[in-house]
Amino acid sequence: MDAFCIDMSLNEENKKTIIISAISIATFVILWEFVSVFIVKDSLYLPSFHSVFYAFLERLTSAEIYIDALISFRHFFTGGISAILIGIPIGIIMGWYQNVFRFFNPIIEILRPIPPLAWIPFAIIWLKLTHEAAGMIIFIGMVFPIIVNTYTGFRNIPKIYVEAAKVLGCTKDFDLIRHVAIPAASPMILSGIRVAMGTGWMCLVSAEMFGVSDAGIGYSLWHFYSLHRMELVVLYMFVLGFMGLLIDVLFRFVIEKNLLKWQKGTVI
Amino acid sequence: MKKAEIQNITKIFVSKDDRKSEVLALDNISFDLAEGDFVSILGPSGCGKTTLLRIIAGLEKQTSGNIIINGKISNEPGPKKGMVFQEYSLFPWKNVIDNVSFGLKMQGMKKEDAYKKASKYIEMVGLGEFKYSYPNELSGGMKQRVAIARALANEPDIILMDEPFGALDAQTRNKLQNELLNIWKNQKLTVVFVTHSVDEAVYLSDKIIVLSARPGKIVKEIPITIPKPRTRTGNEENEIRDEVLRLLNHEKYLADASQLSGE
Ligand SMILES: Nc1ncnc2c1ncn2[C@@H]1O[C@H](COP(=O)(O)OP(=O)(O)OP(=O)(O)O)[C@@H](O)[C@H]1O
Ligand SMILES: [Mg+2]
Repeated sequence: MDAFCIDMSLNEENKKTIIISAISIATFVILWEFVSVFIVKDSLYLPSFHSVFYAFLERLTSAEIYIDALISFRHFFTGGISAILIGIPIGIIMGWYQNVFRFFNPIIEILRPIPPLAWIPFAIIWLKLTHEAAGMIIFIGMVFPIIVNTYTGFRNIPKIYVEAAKVLGCTKDFDLIRHVAIPAASPMILSGIRVAMGTGWMCLVSAEMFGVSDAGIGYSLWHFYSLHRMELVVLYMFVLGFMGLLIDVLFRFVIEKNLLKWQKGTVI
Repeated sequence: MKKAEIQNITKIFVSKDDRKSEVLALDNISFDLAEGDFVSILGPSGCGKTTLLRIIAGLEKQTSGNIIINGKISNEPGPKKGMVFQEYSLFPWKNVIDNVSFGLKMQGMKKEDAYKKASKYIEMVGLGEFKYSYPNELSGGMKQRVAIARALANEPDIILMDEPFGALDAQTRNKLQNELLNIWKNQKLTVVFVTHSVDEAVYLSDKIIVLSARPGKIVKEIPITIPKPRTRTGNEENEIRDEVLRLLNHEKYLADASQLSGE
């Protein structure tokens, strides 16, 4: 990850990092090309690097790949944003009121271990083949880590901050939550969202592949497989990896630049 | 007129998981503060000094007794009872000026007015240049100064300080004592000050209250009328210091003895 935060001043250490990274990638590509062309010799088992690269150039200029990416983003954000909007408030009241915790915790502990993909049948029955159905699977993958991290963050707030706020005249629950508990727990809440995004991204692909959707990167990847266009399958695999990385890097960037300057480069 | 009355405060801690184990922490503590009084509380470790301050602040419920501020019973925490804690308590996610203006904003003051007032108190503790620094960029002494400014900004009726300088080196400590005395004089603060340092108590206080080992009881109230600023090694100061040390040693001796016989 750190290789992506390239320091503008290219000192010796950074140069080394870049050169060795380039060598590493080149080695990988050459080895791949060699194995596929001279050893495997079957594009179904292992499409060669150059066929994937041509597929990439060709697809780059057609709208299809962008539409697939946009649709996948749409699924991801439908699920992700609803998981944040629902998970964080639930985590907050669970973290603040012991009795709410006691009430919700058993339900959550029963539902949480169910793999999100097991919900696919119900997603299809409840929401049909819509974008919302795919979003629902991602929601389920994301909402539990968000809830758990939020209440854990809340329960670990140093008591001293709450007490200091009280003697300064901030005594209502609502004000304490808003002005003390949420900022104090924000590193934990944000790292929960980040973990959840990783889970959500994995759910996205499977959800699209197993028929909750009729479009999207995961869906098309499955479609190409049925056509045995394996070079496109590989291309889409890389696209998925790249999109996941992009989301993570953007999230980290926004958080570190804006929200957590008081922490000085830590935690997430 | 009496600014604050501490009336017959008793505190029994009941263990949460074992209702039978009770700890008598404070036993019938009473004393008064006039406006502008600087009262120090001394006593062996574990005798209930922090507990007493927390009860006055409203952060802990007393088992019996009353806290009266300006003639009214005052059992809840609020902006009129300021507190400086034994440990660092600044909000790390707020910079200095937002920490100091927090209480004012909570009472509905407009942001610009709150900032103006907060600035005044930040200057008062000598940190004008650090208004926009975050607590993790400040030294221990600077953090405690900000904590003091934050408590003062609300202009509380009474300010409670729990070993505010306990974690600081001797030089910083002396410096902050002098700053505190200046502010106390100019702002006519009413202070309850907990400390382990007899020197500090003698240097600062109008009255020293010596507590016994657990359960905390008042052993003696010692008024000090020497005008301030005082010298740290004057004759009168030394006499008082000797008396307090004698009382404390006796308490410590009793505590050790009771511990031995208890085992
Ligand atoms: N929440 C609590 N539950 C049970 N017992 C407590 C609690 N808080 C304090 N005590 C007990 O009450 C006694 C007084 O504690 P307190 O912290 O007030 O002492 P102190 O005089 O401030 O000590 P120190 O000088 O070391 O800071 C101690 O014996 C402590 O164990
Ligand atoms: Mg204490």
